[in-house]
Amino acid sequence: MRIHSLFLQRRKKLEKLEEVRKNGEPKPRVLCPHCGQSAEKEEIRKNLKICPLCQYYFPLTPKERLRLLADEKSFREMRGRLTTKNPLDFPDYMEKIRQLQKKTGHQDAVVTGTMEMAGIPVAVGIMDSRFLMGSMGTTVGEKIAALAEYAALKGLPLIIFTASGGARMQEGMFALLQMAKTAAAIERFKERGGLYISCLTNPTTGGVSASFASLGDIMLAEPEALICFAGPRVIEQTIGEKLPEGFQRAQFLLEHGMLDMVVERKEMKKTLVTLLKLHGMGGQTG
Amino acid sequence: MENRLSAYERVCLAREKDRPGIMDYIDFLFDDFMELQGDRLGKEDSSILGGIAFFHGIPVTVLGHRKGKTTEENLKYHFGMPLPEGYRKALRLMQQAEKFKRPIFTFIDTPGAYPGMEAESHGQSIALAQCIAGMSRLETPIIAIITGEGSSGGALALGVADQIWMLENAVYSILSPEGFASILWKEPKRAAEASELMKLTAPQLLEYGLIDGILPEGPKLMQQMDKMLLNQLTRLQRVKGPVLVKKRYQKFRRIN
Repeated sequence: MRIHSLFLQRRKKLEKLEEVRKNGEPKPRVLCPHCGQSAEKEEIRKNLKICPLCQYYFPLTPKERLRLLADEKSFREMRGRLTTKNPLDFPDYMEKIRQLQKKTGHQDAVVTGTMEMAGIPVAVGIMDSRFLMGSMGTTVGEKIAALAEYAALKGLPLIIFTASGGARMQEGMFALLQMAKTAAAIERFKERGGLYISCLTNPTTGGVSASFASLGDIMLAEPEALICFAGPRVIEQTIGEKLPEGFQRAQFLLEHGMLDMVVERKEMKKTLVTLLKLHGMGGQTG
Repeated sequence: MENRLSAYERVCLAREKDRPGIMDYIDFLFDDFMELQGDRLGKEDSSILGGIAFFHGIPVTVLGHRKGKTTEENLKYHFGMPLPEGYRKALRLMQQAEKFKRPIFTFIDTPGAYPGMEAESHGQSIALAQCIAGMSRLETPIIAIITGEGSSGGALALGVADQIWMLENAVYSILSPEGFASILWKEPKRAAEASELMKLTAPQLLEYGLIDGILPEGPKLMQQMDKMLLNQLTRLQRVKGPVLVKKRYQKFRRIN
């Protein structure tokens, strides 16, 4: 039996080689966490990282998001080198941060800067859910507040794409108070006449959802994004309530009056540009 | 001061049933308290208590979390966990205070904003965000006291103040220690261990500069609270509204 299986393995290898010779290298495939089917990585990429089978939205990195939104080479990063501290001396925190910095190529869970969309300059922030669930500690808080202040100073509209599990546990009260810091900065920006468009992506929860993410003059969300204060697990654990299908998803929030629009990824840039124009930027008509 | 207590012992003390609640503070500190109710949008949430009263002859707006002392009360106030409607009422009363140039005193004591289906469907996140943002812009003095457990955004939403004080054994934290342990280790039972790491006690937060002072818990607590409120209020009332807002902004802005 063992010899037989050895031969079998060998034959499989040979068959694979034969296939490669015929068709080139096998194309890398990605498993969709939603429908459990796999699709070619390239096909998903071309489809704006949306599963071609079930329309699941894979998370975008800030770089990928910018590729969809910004006019070519128009993005200028701000505070890109601001590094994360460990205010509570939380064990193993800095090691985790360093690993994630290596993995993602940025210092913390948000990238901020300026860009142009159809020639219209805007201040933009994009969160990265790969970085400790996109949680907000002092660095994220600082960059969001600084971005709002810069946008106020330069008279730019402000667009923020959120993806976050909430305030960052490892920074304790320092993280919780970033909610007040960012909300205050956004509110001041809005009081001075600034336009703030908040774009909620999967997931936007906890302390981020309960601060700057929910303060948009206009509130947009990607389809199926989970948006909530208390997540499904917390509700089930604390209150013992079982949640119905679709609860706290973007469409649900739209129906409950919490959002202006649910916008598909491929329509996002066009929608944002039209909204900017409707606020008197970049000429009058579409 | 019993500063030998462990962080978790303080968490337990902060949650003690016989600990004074907002009504006890109101009875001692204020005269002619009139409760004002309702969010004007469809609901009254009694887990936040609000109203107007005299403080040393000065009309002030008083707000705070309300916990029950009996099972019936606990159910009515859902254990001090406010619904979005509670925060909308709070913001309404705070904006009213600004209009009538009344200072605001808040008393914070909550396990957090209510985590449930109704609260979520009614926009808990938005209510909290608006309360926090609105509070940051009010041109009237605000003094907050964390009297028991101050957990998460539900506590902060009444805490965007010019002066933030804590009772000696109160705790102020990003989340309950149980929630913290559950998120980090998936083991809510490690709450005691979490409490140590979270740095949630009054002396620790004072050392970080995140709060402004501590009120010792003893037989003279009420008198000391009264004195602190009067001193701070007298000082803050000399500051013009726009300057207050600017200073409050900087107070939170510099937390890095």
